[in-house]
Order: sequence, then C-alpha cells, then structure tokens
Amino acid sequence: MAASRNNPEPVAAEALPLQVDDVVKRFGAVTAVAGVSFAIAPGACFGLLGPNGAGKSTLIRSIVGRVRLDAGSIAIFGHSVSSAAARADLGWVPQELAIYPLLTCRENLQAFGKYQGLRGRVLHDAIAWCLEWAALADRAGSPVKTLSGGMKRRLNMAAGLIHRPRLVLLDEPTVGVDPQSRNRIFEMVEALRSAGTTIIYTTHYMEEAERLCDRIAIIDHGQIIAEGTKEELVSRSFGSRSSVTIHVGATQIDLAAWAQARGGTAQDGVVHCSVERPSEIADLLEAATHDRLEILDVTMQRPNLESVFLHLTGKELRS
Amino acid sequence: MIGTVIQTSFRALRRDRGAFVMSFILPIGFFTIFGFVFGSMRGSSTPRVTVLVVDQDHSDASRVLVAGLEHEPSLHAITHPGPTRENPAPADYTAATAEAAVRNGDAPAALIIPAGFGANPVAFGPGGQRPTFTILHDSSDPVAAQVVAGMLQKTVMTSLPATMATMGSQYFDREVGGLTSEQRKQMQLGLARLRQLQDQQTQNGSTAGQGTASIANSAPDNGGIVAVNVRDVVGEKKKSPMISYYAAGVGVMFLLFTASGAGGSLLDESDSGALDRVLSARVTMTALLLGKLIWSALLAFAQLTIMFLWAALIFHLDFFSHLPGFVVMTAITSFAVASFGMLLASLARTRGQLAAFSTLIILTMSALGGSMFPKFIMSDAMLRVGYFTFNSWAIEGYQKIFWRDEPIRSLGPEAAVLLTSGVLLFLLARWFARKWEYT
Repeated sequence: MAASRNNPEPVAAEALPLQVDDVVKRFGAVTAVAGVSFAIAPGACFGLLGPNGAGKSTLIRSIVGRVRLDAGSIAIFGHSVSSAAARADLGWVPQELAIYPLLTCRENLQAFGKYQGLRGRVLHDAIAWCLEWAALADRAGSPVKTLSGGMKRRLNMAAGLIHRPRLVLLDEPTVGVDPQSRNRIFEMVEALRSAGTTIIYTTHYMEEAERLCDRIAIIDHGQIIAEGTKEELVSRSFGSRSSVTIHVGATQIDLAAWAQARGGTAQDGVVHCSVERPSEIADLLEAATHDRLEILDVTMQRPNLESVFLHLTGKELRS
Repeated sequence: MIGTVIQTSFRALRRDRGAFVMSFILPIGFFTIFGFVFGSMRGSSTPRVTVLVVDQDHSDASRVLVAGLEHEPSLHAITHPGPTRENPAPADYTAATAEAAVRNGDAPAALIIPAGFGANPVAFGPGGQRPTFTILHDSSDPVAAQVVAGMLQKTVMTSLPATMATMGSQYFDREVGGLTSEQRKQMQLGLARLRQLQDQQTQNGSTAGQGTASIANSAPDNGGIVAVNVRDVVGEKKKSPMISYYAAGVGVMFLLFTASGAGGSLLDESDSGALDRVLSARVTMTALLLGKLIWSALLAFAQLTIMFLWAALIFHLDFFSHLPGFVVMTAITSFAVASFGMLLASLARTRGQLAAFSTLIILTMSALGGSMFPKFIMSDAMLRVGYFTFNSWAIEGYQKIFWRDEPIRSLGPEAAVLLTSGVLLFLLARWFARKWEYT
C-alpha cells in the first residue's frame, strides 16, 4: 500500500542508511545494472569501485533517485529514494562540477540550501558551516569561475552537504585536483566520518579507497563481483601469498612457458609470480640463473586493492 | 593539406545539424518569406489597401465611381460592414461610422464622396468649382491615404469618360468663346457614344486593370481633377506614428531570443549536472520549470519596459499616459514569450540545436508577424499567416493602446490568444521536459 503524508510508511527502528535490493536497470537491450544488492551500516564509509562502463554511474543515479528501476528497490534509512524523507537524508556530490559558475560560493550554497528546503537562520548557519568545512570562508564572496580547481571541488562537495544529510554519496570527488587539494578533501571526508556520517565513495584511485573506506564493493558488468574489507578482498583473491615481479633481459627461451611452470605469467619481459613466503624468491632466482635469464629487477609486494581489481576484472582501475 | 582542411570542415558541418540548418535552410526560408512579402506572387499576394467608401451623393456619377473603385485591383473598397448574426444586412457606411471604423483599426482609410459630386464631378486646373472628397486615414499606415488618393484620380478618369468629355467640352466651349452649331452637334454625338461606353463599363467593371496602379502623379491635395482633403483621424495629435509599432515589434523579436536563451539555461544545467542535482533535492520538474518561466517573463517585462521608456525619451512616445495598458500588454506578452522559450529549450537536446532552431523560428515569426517590416506592405495572405505569430498579436495590442488610445478592455482578443498560447506552450514544455526527470 502506498504511504501517504499523514500515514508515513513504517520504518524499522534500526533502518540502515542504504539498503539496495536486487536492483535491475536496462537501457534497451543493454542491462546496465543486473541485480545488485548491498547494504551500508551506519557511520561506515563504503567504497564503490568499477571500471568504466561497469554500471557504476547508473547505480549511483539510481541511489539518488534519478533513474526509474526496472526491478528491485533502494531504501535510504528505510524510505524510498523518491520520498522527501530520503531526499532530506541523502547528500549527493556528483562527479561533475554541478554548481553555478557565475554565482559566488555563498550564493551557490544559498541556492542549493533553499532547494533543500532550508530557510532563515538554519540556512545561514548551514552556509557558515559549509564554508568552514570546505575551507572557503575567505572566498565566500568570490565567483566560482575565479576559484582554483581544488576550491571548486570543495564547493561542489559543500553544496551537496548544505542540508547536513546523514548519508553522503561522493562520486569521484578528487577528479582533476592537485595532491594538496586532494589531501584537503581527504580531511573533509574524514571529518564527516568522525561526525558519524555514512559515506558512499566512488573513485578511480585505489589509495583513496584504501585510506578512506571500511568496506569496498567492486562492480563489473552490472553486478557486484566482490564485497568486503580490503583485507577480505585481498585474502579471497590471493590468500596469504605475495606477488613477485621479475624484469628479465632479452632471452632465447619461452618466457611464458617458464613462468607458467612456476605458477605465474609473463609478458614483455616481465614475469609475475606469487609466493607464500619471502624465502621462496631465492628458489625463483636460482631457477632463473640456471636457465640463463638475465635478471634486471625483482620486487615483492603484498597484493593490494589494485591487484584485486586487476585480478577480478582483468582491467586496470584507471584504464 | 588544403584538401584535408576542407574535408575536416565539411565533416564538422555535416555532423553539426544546427549549423547545417543555419547554413542552408535559414537563408532559403528567409528568401521565401521576403519573396512573398515583396515579390507579388502572380498578383495574388499583391498588397491591397482596404478603403471604406461612403457615398453621400447617391448620383449616377457617384455610383459609377464606387463601382470603379470596387473593381480597382490595388484597392479593397468596402461600402458596408460584413454581415453578422445580429445584423445580417448592415447599412452602408456613413462618414461617422467609417471614421469610427478607421479609428478602430478596421481599415487604414475611408473615402467620402461628397454630396454634389454628380453635378460637378471634375474640374480642370486649380480654382474650378468642384466638391471636395475626404480621405480619413490612420497615419500608422502612411501608404494607404496616398494610394487611395491616387486611385481616386485614376478611377475618376477611367470610369467616367463621358463625364470627363462633357466637362472638358464645357471648359473648351467657355474658354474659346463658343462653338459653332455644327461643332456642337458633332460634340453631342461623340458624348452619346462615350455615355454608352461608360454604361457598359459600369455594368461589367471593365475599368479595372485598364491602367497601372501608379500613385506617382497623384497627391492628396487639390491639384488633381478631383479635390481631395486628407485627414488623419487617429494620429492627429501624435508624433512618430510608427514608434509604438516598432518598439513592440523589435521588442518582441528580441524578447523571443532572450526567452530562448533563458530557457537554454536548462540545457546548460543539464550539461553541468546542476539540473540532476537540483532535481535530486526537493525541487520538482514542474516547480523548476515554473521558476524558469517566471524569471524569463520578468526579464522580458523589464526588457520591454526599457524599450518603451527609451522610445518615450528619444522619440517622445506618450508612455506614461498609457501605463495601465502597457502593463497589461507587457505582462501577457512576456508570459507567452517566456513559455515559448521554455518549449524551445525542452525540445532541443543541445545548445547548438536550440540556437539553430530558435533563430530559424524566431526570425520567421518576426518576419511574418510584422517585427521586421510593417504590416501595411504585406498581402492579405501574409497577414493571415501572421496571425500564427506572437509578434502580430503583440504589435496589434500595443497599437491599440499607444496609437488608437483604446481602453484596456479592447485587448480581449490579444489577451485571449497570448494567454492561451502561453498556457498551452508551457504545458507542452512540461511534457517534453520529462526527458530530464528520469532515465
């Protein structure tokens, strides 16, 4: 039964910030999202990773209520995404600089605050908080077009949080910014986390996901193909093994066959293997010497998210 | 190298449909419109001057003259209003009703054939005894009175050959000191043949088309074979009759461009992602469109106000005594134009498309609706087409207020058309804006 204004839909006391159930979205013959389900716990920072064309953008637009689903449901704190309650609880920071370039920082925040229903003292205080949070108080009266790229990004984030939502969706908030501004944005996100805000964070930078996110989901071909903490994802993909990379000089032998015999792969003079213990590297080097391979460089690395992503999707995250 | 530059340019043009339309369709469209307006397409679209004819003489000569005027191809001579349900057989125009009709904008001119015309229809040279015709006209159409005066002179000459000859012979008889009895007999025979010919012409209207419609040698003064008094019944005390016309015409044309641009902000916001962000907040598409519509209408209102204030300052347009009518006309025009801009924006997919189509449509509407050239040089067919444009209705409304000093209640037709169009266009814009709501 549809909920009415006087008889709101019942919400469980412990309703999760975000509950995505079997969401399907098709565009003609293309299925962009094919039965995605996940949930986010209160106060968590949830990373959403996926290669280009994986369905990530459609999923994000579904969460912010900009897509009509073909199947499934999405609830924000127990409310349908199209409800006023869900809109009040969700803050969206889109990947694009979705702000008015000819308006000042303060005027932008004022406009987006009013779009969220804020007025009077509440709006005034919210603007002050946003300017402070985004370190833009001294540029409050500057038109957006005069700001640096990093400042624009921070204002873009602030505009999404003007109504102090409990759930924030940050869609690649650091795209195109310099390292210094990126650090500033990290601090802003960490401040949000400290305040108990639940965050969904999408990025193409693994180090950001590793630094900021408690749990990570990897989406590919419209489906969540892995979800867990960073350690869980690495463990599931690689167990406790470490990866070894050996660069070798020109050789007459079949390098791919050589690597395959040792459980690895080779391409363009680079051999990728894995070892359970560091001492196993000595065995690899001894075998290489025996087969007259000229070793140029050897590195050993614990698998990271990048390795997991490559392992699961076959693609570099930033490709 | 040069070939590659040409090839690249061609490919870019071919794929930019907006630019493609601008390059080829727009010039052809405009050429066609100008051709219709100025090119007199096989005579069917030649502009004719509507003139209300009042016969105060009721003589044979005046009836012949009225018939001649009715068959004059450059005139649309009317002797009585069209029948209505309330009055299926309306009476002929009188001087008073014709003047009222001209004041009301029903016709640009009226011709009054004076009593006594049949007794003394023409005179040769100044000073001859002859009654004076009166042309009542609306000087916002500066051509009509001259055309009517010229065609009057021509029609008198071509439709009254016997009268001309009679008066000429009397003039000759008087000036040479009398004719011989033989000369007088020959003259009477010739005049009888001319009267017979004149009667035939009256019956079949064959004077029409005998001469070309030239007004070069006819002026609305007493120098012709008939005396004419021309009186401006609408703008007697006004300056610059076309100022309010062009303030409205040019103003509305640029309003349409402004409204299109204001509506185009939706496309900019869609591109930047701001539209998605706004719609993901507590703003509905209807509220967003209404906000844009009101802003666009306010902008248009301000533009027209400044335009008319400028006209008052520079061209002495009597702005302030017409303020209530101006406010009403400007409000409804601004609303209609703003709705039109919203519809164009909601139909376009890109700024390029919007620029191309709005330029094409707005310039076409402006050409047909009277913003680019005055309506009095347009044919009846073109004027009828013009009724499908905002420009035409807006210009007519402003002319009622500023030129004809009509009361606000006279704006009923203009208000009805512009308001209804505005509502319908906005509803259409809302319908097409669904593309931005959800994917």
